[in-house]
Amino acid sequence: MLEQLEALYKEALAEIENVQNTEALHEWEIKYLGKKGSVTLMLRSTGQLPKEERAAFGQRANTIKEALTEAFAAREKAVQDAELAQDLEAGEVDVTLPGRPQPTGGLHPSTQTFRELYRIWGDMGFLVYRSRDVETDEMNFSLLNIPEHHPARDMQDTFYTTEPGVILRTHTSPGQIRSMRELGQNGTQPIRVILPGMCYRNEQVTSRSEMQFHQLEGVVVGKNIRMSDLKGTVTEFARRMFGKNARMRFRASYFPFTEPSMEVDVECFLCGGDGCKMCKYSGWLEIAGSGMMHPVVLRNGGYDPTVWSGFAFGMGPERMTILKHGINDIRLFWSNDLRFLEQF
Amino acid sequence: MEVPVSWLKEFVEIDIPVELLAERLTLAGLEVGAITYLGVPQGQVEGIRWPKSDHLVWDREKLVLGAIREVKAHPNADRLVIAMVDYGGTELEQTVTGAPNLIPYKEQGPLDPPLWSPFAKEGAEVWDGHSEERKRMILKEKPLRGIPNRCMVCSEKELGLSDEHEGILLLEHDPKYVPGTPLQDVLGDIVLTVELTPNLARCFSILGVAREVAALLDKPLRLPSYEAVMEGAGIEGEVSIEIQNPELNPRFTLTLLRGTTIKPSPQWMQRRLKLVGQRPINNIVDVTNYITFEIGQPLHAFDFDKLKERAGGKAPTIITRLATPGETLATLDEVTRTLDPHNILVCDTEGVLGMGGIIGGAETEISDSTRNVLLEAANWNFINIRRSMQSQKVFTDAGTRFSRGVHPSQAPLGVKRGIELMRQTGGGQVAQGMIDVYPKPAPVVVVDLHASEVKRLLGIAIPAAECASLLKRQGFEVTVNGDTLHVVAPDNRMDISSDPVTGQADLVEEIARIYGYDRIPDTIIEDQMPPQWANTALEREERARDVLVALGLRENISYRFTSAADEAKLVPGGGAEAAYVTLANPMDAEKNVLRRTLLINLLGNAINNARYTNRQLIYEIGNVYLPRAGETLPDEPRRLGLLLTGPRRVQGWAGGESGEAMDFYDLKGVVEGLLNGLHVSGATYARSTHASLHPGRSAQVSAKGKALGDFGELHPLVARSFGLEGAPVLVGEFDLDALLEVVQPNNDVKPLPTTPPVLQDIALVVNETTPAAAVEAVIVQAGGKLLKGVTLFDVYRGDPIPDGHKSLAYSLVYQTDEKTLKDEEVASVHKRIVKAVERELGAKLRA
Repeated sequence: MLEQLEALYKEALAEIENVQNTEALHEWEIKYLGKKGSVTLMLRSTGQLPKEERAAFGQRANTIKEALTEAFAAREKAVQDAELAQDLEAGEVDVTLPGRPQPTGGLHPSTQTFRELYRIWGDMGFLVYRSRDVETDEMNFSLLNIPEHHPARDMQDTFYTTEPGVILRTHTSPGQIRSMRELGQNGTQPIRVILPGMCYRNEQVTSRSEMQFHQLEGVVVGKNIRMSDLKGTVTEFARRMFGKNARMRFRASYFPFTEPSMEVDVECFLCGGDGCKMCKYSGWLEIAGSGMMHPVVLRNGGYDPTVWSGFAFGMGPERMTILKHGINDIRLFWSNDLRFLEQF
Repeated sequence: MEVPVSWLKEFVEIDIPVELLAERLTLAGLEVGAITYLGVPQGQVEGIRWPKSDHLVWDREKLVLGAIREVKAHPNADRLVIAMVDYGGTELEQTVTGAPNLIPYKEQGPLDPPLWSPFAKEGAEVWDGHSEERKRMILKEKPLRGIPNRCMVCSEKELGLSDEHEGILLLEHDPKYVPGTPLQDVLGDIVLTVELTPNLARCFSILGVAREVAALLDKPLRLPSYEAVMEGAGIEGEVSIEIQNPELNPRFTLTLLRGTTIKPSPQWMQRRLKLVGQRPINNIVDVTNYITFEIGQPLHAFDFDKLKERAGGKAPTIITRLATPGETLATLDEVTRTLDPHNILVCDTEGVLGMGGIIGGAETEISDSTRNVLLEAANWNFINIRRSMQSQKVFTDAGTRFSRGVHPSQAPLGVKRGIELMRQTGGGQVAQGMIDVYPKPAPVVVVDLHASEVKRLLGIAIPAAECASLLKRQGFEVTVNGDTLHVVAPDNRMDISSDPVTGQADLVEEIARIYGYDRIPDTIIEDQMPPQWANTALEREERARDVLVALGLRENISYRFTSAADEAKLVPGGGAEAAYVTLANPMDAEKNVLRRTLLINLLGNAINNARYTNRQLIYEIGNVYLPRAGETLPDEPRRLGLLLTGPRRVQGWAGGESGEAMDFYDLKGVVEGLLNGLHVSGATYARSTHASLHPGRSAQVSAKGKALGDFGELHPLVARSFGLEGAPVLVGEFDLDALLEVVQPNNDVKPLPTTPPVLQDIALVVNETTPAAAVEAVIVQAGGKLLKGVTLFDVYRGDPIPDGHKSLAYSLVYQTDEKTLKDEEVASVHKRIVKAVERELGAKLRA
């Protein structure tokens, strides 16, 4: 028995030296040390030996078992180290291959710009007020100090509908009248709103002009609203939108529903004011039209213009997106070409 | 409008660089869109940027005024001559030229006076006159047919003045200049292109712009002379005026020039007209244009003899009146027009002579044989003129000015200055006096303005005296009484309202404009902020967008325009006629109504994108437009549209992706994802009756008893009508307001279980016609409160399942918060479920 045991021990030791992987290691363990492993069985058969041999045999068998267990642990570590080394060495991938494509959705660029505008104006205390696309001529023009046949109407080519006096709004400004009337409570309450929405103009569609485009207009009415507030507010907006060093320029202009009126330019953020294609080499980008609300418009909104005053400003989300991303063709916006949309 | 600076300087001193002037004008509301340089260098002003100009700069040494003293024949060429040019040097320079306009002077001996022409010396840079494209060249010594030649007399093209290269430019003699004067000083100029907004009608002339410049630079304005030398017999009795509608024709003035000669106008006038974009015609017509551009008062010249002839030799009567029905007029632009009843006309007793303020008639126009000129300067209602220009589609320089508003005070000034210039250029005698009929004098606009109003609107205190000075610089008459300004508007502007409140706002603007917007400080609004509130509709809408993006869809925004014919394709067989918001003046017939559904856009977008991609998941949120009976304005409900088509998985290099196309259940997954994302609970699905959808593969989804929308596979006939055959196209359209209405904003969050779940699968064989929802309902009912979850994980048809049957496999989750469930407890519920489905649906447990 003892000889057998010693032979087994030798055989097990010899065999484990040749074990190269986890699987073989596991097989070795079952073969010698498992429940039915040969060493285990031999140890269990101690009882069959004559009494005087039992103690010596048992002791030796236990020693061998311990030694084999240690050998196993050592071999296991060696195999694992080798396998890890091999994996680290041989398991590398070609990192330049593209990843497996994952389906992705995305917001339209105009929506993204609108959200930025909502956030900034919202932080500055402006509520979003939306109003209808199909408007009356009165709301879109007359109440905004643009009488019929007035030359100011030449500034906007209008889509008329077959319903007399009904048009597609040419700007979001009808919302000025609607918001003043709804929120101003007969000219007794101040308001501070932004008016987002789609506008329509009967203009030839080219890479630079569209017959449908978004506007975002702002309206402030209060008892002490001054042109300096308009300048300050728009400047604050520009700093939040374009960065704290944004330089502004205000130019006199004309809109029938504001007086004084002004165009707002921001120093070109693409060239830093040095002059580039986007700013037509002027160093300035036009970002908004604005002005103090015309007394006639305030009156039509229900306010007494000798007591109340206000300002309004309007900007184009598509134009802002075009400027920020150097887009060369405004028609891409409603093309819904996925090759365009996927870039946002 | 083009504004030559040389012309502008006639009326106001300009002592700053033109680039700075352009900036000042732009900031004051006269936007200078371009600066064009003629021969002179572009200026550089610190802090101001203009696009770099690539014009030709005339070297002051090398491009000078030359005097051709003699034109000699070329010994070796008939078509060439040798010009002997005095350029201010010690000797004449001989230069060979083929200019045809020198041929008449060939071999005529010394010329006295000489011919004046631009002269380029050796080394000068000019445009290549023989090149089609714009190409620069430097003059080099090059003998021409054996005659040494190193200089050149120049054409307009070679100097960059025009494309004219037929001959050299011959200049009229100007005693200010001598041979050798740098050409820059003779012909150099800068032209500002000024864009005028409708309120700046008063600036629609060189003098008008000069007024603004004078105000901005605080310089005096030098007015042109309005005096005429009138030495002929009086105009009284020669002609009379009858104004029938003073509202539309407030003033009409006439002067008369007898015995003049029609000929080309002087070179300086022609040059100025060309710079402002006018084609010189003859001295009389040119003067009418010149005055229009110079002071902004359009003029009209009649051949007086033709008028007299029409009147049978008697004194003609000029009548202004509205057109009568069917009346026609042949206008100067060679169009015979049928006039509209609102067109105001200039007539005589025999009929129509012209459209008042817009365009004259052909019959009484100036011709080469005209000797006696009757000159009209009238005033017209700007709104009526604009309307007539639009209805007759005739746009003239006169009409453009009148349609924006010309003050009646300008008519007598224009008619006198015009007749005097005609006398000077064509000769003849001006009849004494002027006929001036002015039935509707323009009111004098007087506004009182308190300095506090300036502060209230601008936010900065400008003392009354300074306000007064800013207004006076623009020609207002101002008297200051304490802090109140008593202001009288000048008679050249019509933009100051006589309404006290609006008039004050008008003046505040004028004060601010000249004061400088940049000097008004930036302030923070001092008023208390109005109350703020949540905008639930917008927030939920944005949430819906985000959920759809998270589900892998891309947002579209489309034209709201479509055509009824296109939308009819959405219904097999065309469907019933629907009411549309219809455009009266559409851009094209394909876009002549506003959409009633988003599906038309999504399908259109899918078709466009299909050209380069086969997998599309898109959505749009936006209005549709539904006319309402008895209402002027349509309903504009918001909708949410979905479209899916193409393979379920994105194709890639790594393999394993199935090319299997998306089907109804992919779209349903998106719909469920949307509802989950919005926390809409208790949604139910039923068969849809939407005409655009496949009747068997579409559903209507409802929640809280309200239909939210329909979705499913596009009806095969509809797909065919759009040419969308191939992979199924899955679409859906939802009533966004209804959907957002059922959103559960504060959904309850369930605590996480503390006991382990027991998972068991069950596969049931049911009749093909049994809906899955019915099976699930029975399972849930029988499972009771221990059954926490039911998920369908497999649907199987085919062997060994009998025909007409399907196997539905569910994984069931048993769990209770109170304790860990024992096997027997689960087994008993499971058994109950099996029995219930057997009993109620005839289902069999799949072996």
